[in-house]
Amino acid sequence: MAAFFSPFISKPDNVAQIMLRVMLALIPGIALYVWYFGPAILVSIALASITALATETAMLKLRNRPVAPFIKDNTALLTAWLLALSIPPLAPWWLVVVGTAFAISVSKHLYGGLGNNPFNPAMIGYAVLIISFPVQMTHWLTPHGLGSIELTLLDQLNYIFAGTLPPGVTLDAITMATPLDTLKTQLHLDRSMQQIMDMPIYGRLAGQGSEAIALAYLAGGFYLIANRIITWHIPVFYLGSIFVTAGIFHLVDPAHYATPMFHWFSGAAMIGAFFILTDPVTSPTTPLGKLVFAAGAGFLTYIIRVFGGFPDGIAFATLLMNICVPLIDAYTQPKVFGRKDPSGKIGDSR
Amino acid sequence: MRKLFKFHGGVHPPTNKTQSNDKPIAPVALPSKLVIPLHQHVGNCAKPAVEVGQHVFKGQIIGTPEGRLSSAVHASTSGTIAAIDMQQVAHPSGLPDLCITLIPDLKDEWIPREQRDWRAMSHTELRHLLRDAGVVGLGGAVFPSDMKLYSSQHKITTLVLNAAECEPWITCDDLLMRERAADILQGAEVMRELLYANEILIGIEDNKPEAIAAMRAAVVAGKHERIEVVAVPTLYPGGGAKQLIRVLTGIEVAAGVRSTDMGVQCFNVGTAYGAWRAIAHGEPLLSRIVTVTGNVGKPQNFEVPFGMPIDELVAQAGLLPDTTGYIMGGPMMGFRLPSTQVGVIKATNCIIAMSDALFPPAPPALPCIRCTRCAEACPADLQPQELYWFSKAKNFGKAQEYHLFDCIECGACSYVCPSHIPLVQYFQFAKSEIHMREHDKQAADRARERHDYREYRIEREKQEKAERLAAKEKAALAAKPVEPPVVATNPDAAPENTAQMKIQAAIDHAREQAAAVKPKNTENLSAEQLAEIAEIEARRARIREIAKSDVEPPKE
Repeated sequence: MAAFFSPFISKPDNVAQIMLRVMLALIPGIALYVWYFGPAILVSIALASITALATETAMLKLRNRPVAPFIKDNTALLTAWLLALSIPPLAPWWLVVVGTAFAISVSKHLYGGLGNNPFNPAMIGYAVLIISFPVQMTHWLTPHGLGSIELTLLDQLNYIFAGTLPPGVTLDAITMATPLDTLKTQLHLDRSMQQIMDMPIYGRLAGQGSEAIALAYLAGGFYLIANRIITWHIPVFYLGSIFVTAGIFHLVDPAHYATPMFHWFSGAAMIGAFFILTDPVTSPTTPLGKLVFAAGAGFLTYIIRVFGGFPDGIAFATLLMNICVPLIDAYTQPKVFGRKDPSGKIGDSR
Repeated sequence: MRKLFKFHGGVHPPTNKTQSNDKPIAPVALPSKLVIPLHQHVGNCAKPAVEVGQHVFKGQIIGTPEGRLSSAVHASTSGTIAAIDMQQVAHPSGLPDLCITLIPDLKDEWIPREQRDWRAMSHTELRHLLRDAGVVGLGGAVFPSDMKLYSSQHKITTLVLNAAECEPWITCDDLLMRERAADILQGAEVMRELLYANEILIGIEDNKPEAIAAMRAAVVAGKHERIEVVAVPTLYPGGGAKQLIRVLTGIEVAAGVRSTDMGVQCFNVGTAYGAWRAIAHGEPLLSRIVTVTGNVGKPQNFEVPFGMPIDELVAQAGLLPDTTGYIMGGPMMGFRLPSTQVGVIKATNCIIAMSDALFPPAPPALPCIRCTRCAEACPADLQPQELYWFSKAKNFGKAQEYHLFDCIECGACSYVCPSHIPLVQYFQFAKSEIHMREHDKQAADRARERHDYREYRIEREKQEKAERLAAKEKAALAAKPVEPPVVATNPDAAPENTAQMKIQAAIDHAREQAAAVKPKNTENLSAEQLAEIAEIEARRARIREIAKSDVEPPKE
């Protein structure tokens, strides 16, 4: 039976398709990830996806909600992907499972499910893991071509599920600190910025491998903007804010503060700008609000990265700005048609 | 090239206009009956001016305007009035309204028509003529046109003719302009004169190149001055009056203000055409162009007499069997007709036959994910996702704070919503709830006032009565100075005493009355009747005696 009320037509668009397109936009980045760090990330993504779907189903049943329409909306899968991409690929299987299950159950469903969660679920999952299991969260793989030993898929699976490495291989031999962490440590050792940047771990822009992945995320982001899945507001102002903040520090003291480019292409800045901060549910709705939110998140990311104790700042920056969203929305309401007279007299006469 | 302006948002739904705009306007065969509602316009319902059984000519007034804001209703053809009663009308509510049923005699005989030179007529005469000709806004709002053709302080500089026709499927204005451009322009000239306006801008969406060309040619051919036909970008809802005014002039009509206060008046092209036919040819508004499209074999525009039942109209366009319903208006803002029996009215610009293939049902709604596609599409710069939140939570105060009443219900937000939330319905619900509450509050306020007044009145009457009595007492006392000394020396006893006297008097009076209403059938009786009564009484006494002795044994 056709609809009873106008409009009788609707744009052929739905939540599931939007989420699917976002996941599609992640694929170039994932492909490069596999190229540089081996197939372990695919295992993480698969693990996270299965956990997310199972948790989503269980929570929907517990909440007496229909399972089919919600499980098909792809939002749980996207959360799983983003979380899996944020944690080290060689993390033990239970780390992925715990993080994803917490993200879906507590930060999404306990707040009312799709559309009602104030915090980005993937970032909540990440925050829980980095606070609870800091050691496991630092086992980042050495990029392709840098390490002396490279693990096969079977070796990686063995480590993820059984925690055993091939004989004669130590964990240190296959993992290393991230480019952001290395920079921090080396600066503490009073190395100069030039010396640090000449280390083999660094490439042209930032870390070897990770910079290429960041570029791929950037390309995915352009795809999202071109297809109007997201708007330019958050990515531009987030990256802009990082650029300006990093630029000021770099200009004042280039020996101790890395270039804005380095910060753009290190860590999760790119995936954060286009895929994490742009989560519609947890970001502001007004155009001006998006700018404020993104600028704040960029500034916080830089501060936490450079002066904080965590390897990257994006998760906490996102969560801190998520808290501010209702406030930002309330104070950035755009002017309504017919109420734009600066004197405000005509428009508000009613 | 005129500089055009933009309004915020807008959507590009599939236009679906080519189905019906490739054929000329066709006449319709007169139906077996016409059901003509008397309330086809904004304002007071017209008053029936005919009687059942009366013969009427085409164009004869069958409903006279009532009050200032009203419009006349006419017989769309000649025939006989069959009924004046409540019938279902083309309104989303499905509620019945007063209608006149006319059975055509198929002669189509006109009343005498007078051709007049409008330049020789006064403005008042012209406005009266339009009112009596039933000319109302044919863009859908059906506001009496005479009421809009005032210019109290000659403030209006621009007359905008709305021919944007932004709703998908509808092509009635398109065809009207292609075929009758000269008359439209003549009508616009009259309107300009009545408004003391300077320029006329005709806004047509650029997906109607034939109409634009026809109108431009007519401007040249008719040697019209200061009339510009402007092609505006195709963007729904570019045909909203405020949106079109914005695009053409850059003026943003402020909330709660009429466009005329900002120097612009806006009419639909069909209204200009109707006004011209009424003024120059003496033809009242009896028919209009209606697009019949959708699930029909031959989608086309028809010149349809008002009152023509929908089912007879769609039959002439070749209705297809799997039709599930009819939309009156466009798919974005139209509504489903409650019945196929209702008659075409002045607001009927389009009838779309629905089928599940053409209008598939929307999938079930998911929660809002705050993606703000609605806010990006909103032509009123509203934040529909916030309004939805407040409406759903029945937080109506907050909804008003976020300017709920600036929503024009264009449906752009619902159209783009990836969660398929029927946003417009939420807003309509919230608006009607707020109206309801305001109405209830007013009613409660009135009731409270009435109650308070009643209390006050009762109290006042009590007081007045007491005062009157006291005055009477005084007067009585003054008149009778010789009183028993006890009373005279004890003033407190006096009222008590008089009260007792009054009670006694009342008791006496009651007794007298009771005596007066004694059973009347015991009076004036004949001797036999008296004898009979005596006999009956004696019998009763005996029975009583017997009963007594039976129940209570005689005491020894």
